[in-house]
Amino acid sequence: MSLELLQTIWFLLIFVLLAGYAVLDGFDLGVGILHPLAKGDTERRIGLNAIGPVWDGNEVWLLTAGGALFAAFPPVYALFGEGFYLAIMLLLTALIFRAVSMEFRSKVDSPAWCRVFDFTFFLGSFLAALLLGVALGNVLRGLPIDAEGKFVGTFLGLLNPFSLLVGVTGVVAFIMHGAAYLAVKTEGGQQARMRKLIVPSWMVFVLLAIAAHVYGWFEVPHLFEAGLGRVMPFIFAAVLLVALVYIPIASRKHKDVCTLFATGTAILAAFGAVGSAMFPVFIPSTVEGGMALTAMDHSSTKLTLTWMLGIAAIGVPMVLTYTTFIYWTFRGKTKLGEFAY
Amino acid sequence: MDDPVLLSRIQFAITVGFHFLFPPISIGLAWCLVVVEWQAWRTKDPHWRDAGRLFARILALTFAVGVATGIVMEFQFGTNWAEYSKFVGDIFGAPLAAEALFAFFLESAFLGLYLFGRNKVGPGLIWFSVLMVAVGATISAFWILAANSWQQTPAGFIINETTGRAELSDFMAAVFNPSTMPRFYHTMMASLVCGSFFMAGLAGYRLRRDANNEADRKALKVAVIIGLLASIAVAFPTGHVHAQQVAATQPTKFAAIEGLYESEKGAPLVAFGLVKDDPPDLKARIDLPIEGLLSWLAFGDAEAEILGINHFREKGVGTPPLWLTFVSFHNMVILGVIFQLAMVLAMIQLIRKKLWTSRRLLLAILILVPFTLAACQFGWVAAEVGRQPWVVYPSLTLDEWTNLPAAELQAKVAEMSLLTERAASQSVTAGEVLFSITLFTAIYLALLALYLFLLFRETKHGVAPLEPGSTDASDPHGKAVSQ
Repeated sequence: MSLELLQTIWFLLIFVLLAGYAVLDGFDLGVGILHPLAKGDTERRIGLNAIGPVWDGNEVWLLTAGGALFAAFPPVYALFGEGFYLAIMLLLTALIFRAVSMEFRSKVDSPAWCRVFDFTFFLGSFLAALLLGVALGNVLRGLPIDAEGKFVGTFLGLLNPFSLLVGVTGVVAFIMHGAAYLAVKTEGGQQARMRKLIVPSWMVFVLLAIAAHVYGWFEVPHLFEAGLGRVMPFIFAAVLLVALVYIPIASRKHKDVCTLFATGTAILAAFGAVGSAMFPVFIPSTVEGGMALTAMDHSSTKLTLTWMLGIAAIGVPMVLTYTTFIYWTFRGKTKLGEFAY
Repeated sequence: MDDPVLLSRIQFAITVGFHFLFPPISIGLAWCLVVVEWQAWRTKDPHWRDAGRLFARILALTFAVGVATGIVMEFQFGTNWAEYSKFVGDIFGAPLAAEALFAFFLESAFLGLYLFGRNKVGPGLIWFSVLMVAVGATISAFWILAANSWQQTPAGFIINETTGRAELSDFMAAVFNPSTMPRFYHTMMASLVCGSFFMAGLAGYRLRRDANNEADRKALKVAVIIGLLASIAVAFPTGHVHAQQVAATQPTKFAAIEGLYESEKGAPLVAFGLVKDDPPDLKARIDLPIEGLLSWLAFGDAEAEILGINHFREKGVGTPPLWLTFVSFHNMVILGVIFQLAMVLAMIQLIRKKLWTSRRLLLAILILVPFTLAACQFGWVAAEVGRQPWVVYPSLTLDEWTNLPAAELQAKVAEMSLLTERAASQSVTAGEVLFSITLFTAIYLALLALYLFLLFRETKHGVAPLEPGSTDASDPHGKAVSQ
């Protein structure tokens, strides 16, 4: 296998891992952001237990993406870490709070104790979703990287209007996705309220996405220039449009599982469109004459990429098999059992 | 405090040290639970099942904190050690990715099934899911230790002359480098010591309150059997083999952990000493009264020469901080002996069927739990501080360390290694690192307090006994499901 082919495959796999993370942990984060809307302790516990058996595995997609990026494209991983230093530290804090809040909350039967961890669970979820979106916005927009490949920006520079817009759009997408998941996993009044949330959040998402595109046309012209000359971004955009049109239709008919698949497909297609438009660039440079980080110039050696591909070829089918098995075991409505949160 | 490298070192020590409190418990406890759940499945005895139910809750709590703090590790190489990531990324990243793919998914998926699946699947699958958690945690330990071992004893790589970076030349040689398996076996045994003391300590804590609880007796029995075997195996053969490997591949570290200043043929084993770093000095040194013991232990030859710290100083190559390395290593060894004594006593009492009422011994085991974790930390400090001043230790043969002239040795060491001070991120400022250190320290202290509070609460309350013949669908909080 040629080096170029391996680099292409690994660029693709990194985006697959990130998209997989966004779809799977996306509804976990959404459930966290929607947590304060749950009425009463039982509803909140149902929400927590709906994601209880799976959230940990879902988060592993992000870890795997991080590990794979380190292995396949070390300079990109290194620059990402340096450039997003404070943002990553805040993201990690948010993820820590989220994880332990779920576990700690259930252990003491006191309203005040639960309130504290309800809040940290919400805040951690919201902050994680926002930061991930802002990071994506910055990746699309590019980072200030000089000609030697050094990051020369600041943390405040990451909080630019375009990236914040992408961040908010991401939060709304996860709210929509999380509501769709809860509509599948809950019953009665909780389910009815979640169903009612889907279409409004869908509307806000569509408006924000249009705004991001219009703004992006001027702010990140490089992305559109590259994308318009290719077929794949159009295919993904078409899938995205179909999924977006279908979401309110399925939701109105109370086809909850179909709605969930539609919101998931929309997120996957968005990543597909972005990835295929960006290829082979991971992070463009916003500096005149700066160095863009690409799959072709900043990868590991052919030997490493080949071994990694072998590892992925064995590991990924195994992961998909037992992940499917776990989701299948926990299909249906969430009940509170002994080991419930 | 304006040196980003020093601050990044402190941050790494804090984050990995805190994280490393939890995986040894999770790994060891998961294997103990494999035995408990097997018994619960095969014997259908409700006491085994209750023992499993209680310690499953505690595993969940421990695992959650371990996972939460572990995420930090996956990203910290990029955030704080960007230059390191670039130098070794071609080799170091693959085990991390393999760990996530082969281990993290496995353990997290089956932990979900183990904890939430009791009213959905039967006891056989419950046993299988905790087995997969234990296997996943073990695979995880293997890959992260393979990565760490490559830093200690690099193999299967070449230095690219144009980029100056390490490039993979032989994947299997890099993964199974000289220290991978010795480190893996030793760390696994250490984890079993931690997990079994943990289970024994908490079961003993409960038995001190009610000596007739059959479930706690069963848990304690399993923990003592595993604990005895593990606390012997952590020293011999695994600790011994690991030390032999250090003697052969990392002579500067070996000299530091053994407190050897001058090179000696037929070197004795130093049991005690007061170490001074500068100038290197060992006061009040007490040797074990067996001639050439260290030489014999290290190389199987009582006459073998062991290089001292001064040998390397004279050759002008780096040596690790002596005090920290020596003291950490010896504390670990002393604690290891105490663990063996405790478990031998517990085993004697178990055979005499007096363990349930040996209140002082049960208390002693509980008190030793934090010390098993301390021993892990000491061992890890000895390994990592002993590796300094390099983040990637120079891969030279013992013959080269011994016989190369100073100038040649220095050149070779410089070529084949990476100094820690050159590994840090260049565009991250001291202020940023200081901010993240403060942030993580505050969070970790809060997490530790909450963890301990909940751990004792859970252990004290236990799990409500099940109605005869019922499934595990009861609700310990007494909150009925209203739908």
